[in-house]
Amino acid sequence: MTSIIPVESLKTKPFRVDPSEAPTEDIREVLFELEEAGEIIVQRVPEPYVEVMTKYGRTKKIPLGQTWHHKSCGQCGHIPGYSTSIFWLTRKLGYDYIDPKDQTSCTAWNYYASATSNVAAQGGVAMRNFAAAYETGYFPLIHCGTSYGHYKEVRHEIVHHDDVRATVRDIMSKLGKPLVMPEEIVHYSEWVHAVRDQIAQHQVRDFSDIVACVHPACHYYKLIQEDAIYDPDIYGGQRTATVSGLILALGAEVADYSTFFDCCGFGFRHILVSRDFSRSFATMRKIEVMKEEANPDVVITHDTGCVTTLDKSQFAPQAHGRNVGVPVMSDAQFAALAMGAHPYRVCQLHWHSTDYRPLLEKMGIDWEAAWIEFEKDLKRLEANEIEYLTWEDVDG
Amino acid sequence: MSRVAPTTTFARRPGATLAPNVYDDVPYEEKLALWEEVKADPRFPDYLYGCYECGICVAACPSARFYDFSPRRIAQAAAREDVELIFEQMNDDVWNCSQCFSCDRCPRQNSPGGLITILREVAVRHGLASSQEALEGYGRVVYKIMTTGTQVSPDMLQPDAFPDWGPDVKEVSDQLDLWRRALPPETLHTTSTGWEVSEKTLLELYLIWHYSDVMDMIEEVDEGLHMIILDVMEETLEEAGYEI
Repeated sequence: MTSIIPVESLKTKPFRVDPSEAPTEDIREVLFELEEAGEIIVQRVPEPYVEVMTKYGRTKKIPLGQTWHHKSCGQCGHIPGYSTSIFWLTRKLGYDYIDPKDQTSCTAWNYYASATSNVAAQGGVAMRNFAAAYETGYFPLIHCGTSYGHYKEVRHEIVHHDDVRATVRDIMSKLGKPLVMPEEIVHYSEWVHAVRDQIAQHQVRDFSDIVACVHPACHYYKLIQEDAIYDPDIYGGQRTATVSGLILALGAEVADYSTFFDCCGFGFRHILVSRDFSRSFATMRKIEVMKEEANPDVVITHDTGCVTTLDKSQFAPQAHGRNVGVPVMSDAQFAALAMGAHPYRVCQLHWHSTDYRPLLEKMGIDWEAAWIEFEKDLKRLEANEIEYLTWEDVDG
Repeated sequence: MSRVAPTTTFARRPGATLAPNVYDDVPYEEKLALWEEVKADPRFPDYLYGCYECGICVAACPSARFYDFSPRRIAQAAAREDVELIFEQMNDDVWNCSQCFSCDRCPRQNSPGGLITILREVAVRHGLASSQEALEGYGRVVYKIMTTGTQVSPDMLQPDAFPDWGPDVKEVSDQLDLWRRALPPETLHTTSTGWEVSEKTLLELYLIWHYSDVMDMIEEVDEGLHMIILDVMEETLEEAGYEI
């Protein structure tokens, strides 16, 4: 395999950063100052937590349990095995969590797509969700990369603009809620990264023959960059460590490709009403480049839009003879499969489009037998023998 | 300010422009008023610090590869306060942006994507024809997010809406009710919303829309959609005892 980027030299000469030389302030310090002035409540990360390093060498706390799962529109709507796998991992590792009904979308997909919103509305939506989490005593764990990125933007605006803070506080008071900001904005993939060694300890399937390409989500590490996790031991600290760290912990190979930093082509507005752009970009700048340079068994990513765009965009280009055909899934689904999760009951791969069956075979999974099991579940549901498939059914 | 780099003020010669004269029929004063609104946005000072013309933002930009679009031109027009060119961009360029923020790699810490977010909002707020065109066909998504609190729902996966996603979409659509019941998380058994959102939560969301003037923006781009959303919101709020 040809290495396009001198990854080996990155690994031998890790890039180390000094947080005292960070080009941006540590916004948490400003948050605590505002709290001391009585302007805002800061919800603390509950113990136990894992400390990780972020882009400029600062330390970030990742809570292990007592998490309030801020779900994702696209994950829940169109790739529900994504959310299900996050919950399944949390349950299997024995951590307490809440899957709230008192949660709305961050509405940022619409904000970036249509601009039919404004700073006050976006601040109101974010702070309502944070207040809802605070009322339960559980800490927000954000499933969507865009929610994570956008909430960091909202945090910046509320912290640095007195007028915005006053407007949003006024809206919150009309809802009877306090102005609360979590101490850290935490993405679920950071939780997966923090528990990757625990996941590896529970691994029951051998992934040593699996070659994976990583697509990092733009809104995770480009939008307010300083919160993203970096690690000198992963890509020499030159690329975000989430996702890659998990794959390595599971014994699979992370294969490099030259358009690692490119976005997936989602475009927010484009994926809904101008998909020719999304499809062209996903095919020509991501999937084909991966195929030509690394020929991976799977693409692993950590955001809603990325899984959707990279997976669904591979159907139409076949008509043009394009070099596509790599299954796409989230780090949570990949981790769940490693820990023995059912490919349909838990990972719900039948909602995905690009053929994932050769990958399952390489993982040692009899997908035909698994599908027969799942079909039996569906028959029980159809006959109303059971109302829903439950966690007990899955674990049984 | 969170960033170390200082803000910069730019010398401007009123009326100087690099724009093609395609919007001559719109008075300069109208264009200037829109630009002043962009500059008055609280986010603006965090998004523009100057421009080296290095082109890193263009190299990183996905839209620049497939459209006649350049984040560098956006930043430069704003830095020069080229009112004519900015107006042209508000009409012809900004909807091409992917809002991925790859352009945030700027060594001057500009955010052309962030500037575009503001430019789009001002365009929507003033009902520019180009924003109405750009959002044509998007109304059902705005309706979904504003009335249900989730952006996309399982029942939006219809084969006629997503023919390019292949035959699996039809299978999902045909099996939707059954497959949703086969999801272990209790909140995911819904088909018309991404997950189950409580009634109290929805009321709070409607109040946020009401108090933040978002409905006025919707009215500017789509009056019909505005009426439909308003009806849903008002009926729900009134039933719950709120007077709007």
